[in-house]
Amino acid sequence: MRIDLDSLPREYVLAGGTLVDPASGYQGVAEIWVRDGVIVEVRHGAAVAAAPEVPRVDLAGQIVAPGFIDVHVHFREPGHEYKEDVESGCRSAVAGGFTGVIMMPNTEPPFDSGSAVESALKRGRQIDLCDVYCAGALTMGRAGAKLAEYYDLGQAGVSTLTDDGSPVVDTALMRRALEHAAMIGLVVAAHSEDKSLSAGGHMHEGYWSTHLGVPGIPAASEELGVARDLILARETAAPIHIAHVSTRGSLDLIRVAKHQWGIDVTAETAPHYLELTDRELVGYSTNLKMNPPLRTEADRQAIVEAVVDGTIDMIATDHAPHAEMEKDLEFERAPFGVIGLETSFAVAYGQLVASGRMPLLELVRRMSLAPAERFRLAGGRVEAGAPAHLVLLDLEARWQVRPQVLRSKSRNTPFMGRMLRGRVAATIHRGRLVHRVEAETRSAATVA
Amino acid sequence: MSEQPRKHLLGLEGMNAREIYDMLDVARSFHEILERPVKKVPTLRGRSMINAFFEPSTRTRVSFELAQKRLSADTINISASGSSLSKGETLRDTVATLEAMKVDVIVIRHPVAGVPQMLAEGTRAAVVNAGDGCHEHPTQGLLDLYTMRERLGDLAGRRVTIVGDIAHSRVARSNIWGLKAVGAHITVCGPRTMMPKRVEDLGVHVDYDLRRAVRDADVINVLRIQLERQGTNLFPGAREYSRLFGISNEILAHTKPECFVMHPGPMNRGIEIAAEVADGPRQVILQQVTNGVAVRMAVCYLLGGGVSQLEDDARAPQAAPRAITTIGV
Repeated sequence: MRIDLDSLPREYVLAGGTLVDPASGYQGVAEIWVRDGVIVEVRHGAAVAAAPEVPRVDLAGQIVAPGFIDVHVHFREPGHEYKEDVESGCRSAVAGGFTGVIMMPNTEPPFDSGSAVESALKRGRQIDLCDVYCAGALTMGRAGAKLAEYYDLGQAGVSTLTDDGSPVVDTALMRRALEHAAMIGLVVAAHSEDKSLSAGGHMHEGYWSTHLGVPGIPAASEELGVARDLILARETAAPIHIAHVSTRGSLDLIRVAKHQWGIDVTAETAPHYLELTDRELVGYSTNLKMNPPLRTEADRQAIVEAVVDGTIDMIATDHAPHAEMEKDLEFERAPFGVIGLETSFAVAYGQLVASGRMPLLELVRRMSLAPAERFRLAGGRVEAGAPAHLVLLDLEARWQVRPQVLRSKSRNTPFMGRMLRGRVAATIHRGRLVHRVEAETRSAATVA
Repeated sequence: MSEQPRKHLLGLEGMNAREIYDMLDVARSFHEILERPVKKVPTLRGRSMINAFFEPSTRTRVSFELAQKRLSADTINISASGSSLSKGETLRDTVATLEAMKVDVIVIRHPVAGVPQMLAEGTRAAVVNAGDGCHEHPTQGLLDLYTMRERLGDLAGRRVTIVGDIAHSRVARSNIWGLKAVGAHITVCGPRTMMPKRVEDLGVHVDYDLRRAVRDADVINVLRIQLERQGTNLFPGAREYSRLFGISNEILAHTKPECFVMHPGPMNRGIEIAAEVADGPRQVILQQVTNGVAVRMAVCYLLGGGVSQLEDDARAPQAAPRAITTIGV
């Protein structure tokens, strides 16, 4: 029996699609047998052993990959639900092909206690669109003064620890945080920044900040933070993850830490650092304002190269919704942050794969398997026994980023109006279809 | 006036020599009016202009206000403390409200760079930037060029040295754009801590040695120094600053004899400029103030609806200045 994606029963076979699976290194036609949200069997280039009466979905000509995982999103709940909440955030996530997200703890109150984390995780399970994970705060109230209880946070189920949005300014405290987290078995995700250098700045310090007369944030403020945090990780033998890397100098430091020191470090960058530079700020658009800021063309090229060579392990969006009224302010008064879930794959695909710089398999790795392995999350693999978290990709689709296509509550995308290539056609979470591109905007390839 | 009239004056960046000189020509004809016993003309009668100053200012605000009054425009001043902005209203709402009252020109001074541009995108009124953050101060740039041109004629090939806190100066940026457009050579001079990153990419020469920087200059434009700025340690203090970068007679002895000194005011006597220079024969600081009124009359005239009348008469050569003087009779 042939069925459509829109009517998936509890047991079915996805047949005829081209599987791109970094865990096995396989890229080719495959059949995937799903029952009760779990993958029963995967056969590369052959038929699965499902009985003939199990319904089959014909995915001929389509790309199937493990669902994407974004380890860096701000869903603003509790406290700032007018910007985003867990439900709208999840809708935005699945529209971007994500079946797992880690929510940052800068909520109000922040995720600095087991009970706060438990209620946030419960919200995610209730909404049940994708796997919702939490990052716990490094310090109480994210105030940078007193360590949070990592055992308590760990028991509640946090996947990582971070004070994201702010660095831990006190170096001795950061050292203790790394030591304690390592003992509990959690990776610290560092927002690395020397605040004394970046204070008062609103864009990258360089030619364009001089031209535009906007106070600058020097690359050195990020690089000093990265250097400090890497040195502390070496000193404490603690695992560390460097969030939102944006400068060439940070990459040099991460390469030394990885290859010469041999420490346990991973790094992420965001799609906007792959695509945009500080030059775009002519016009003072606050939807191009984020922290760290858009850097120079030389930095952008270095970031692209680092994703290709693996210095950057994963792509994370730093999805940071802000209401229109908050962004519609004088440039220096508008908050930092841009949304990114729904444009992440297309932007990364355009810069990295369509451009011929790296194979699709490697991009899928950086958007699914690598984050799953680093933070021990479900998904990232298309194999028997794994949850059926899958994404269908339409590599030929060209689409325009318009306000009405976005599922997020907020509209602060730096890509508004842009034509992008490559699109998430459908998202399957635990065997259920949780997103499908509207029929009228599907390209011929997807409809077939 | 063969060019299309400019709807807004947001900065000197992007203006060409012809556009700048056309504006200065109009300013010159208004300057003549300022020399008359009765300094008021009915040119902008019935036009309304708002001077919205979201940052303390006396001289620029007074200069605009006088310029508007001398053109018979109805003019209103608002400041941040006296406006609903201090009651939590957003800037965009404040300006939408002003626009709903049907003003023709909004002159805005704001501490954040880019605000005039943001407003220009959302209003039907003409927007004049009276200084935005560290970005631009185009009417100051125009009055500086006007003053230089009065003394030097064509500014192509002339050498202008700008001395002071370049990083935080919108006057410096507007001077740089304007002077580049008319073909002048620009040197910027000041402490390393006050030099913005990659400033040389704006097309200027950078020199940290004041004596060398002024040696070939036709003009020295001295910026006001704000040593108290943001409480940051930008410089050890006034004494160190004045010894390295203060313009004194001793410094002027290193210049060409015809080289003159400008300052946008207000001056810190004894810091960036010695009293002997501020009161001496080589400065044109008060002429700058007078010229500022003429330049702002020209700007308000060109953006405030005087243009259509000007264009009617523009078929004849030399029409622009004559049209204005005729109106003034």
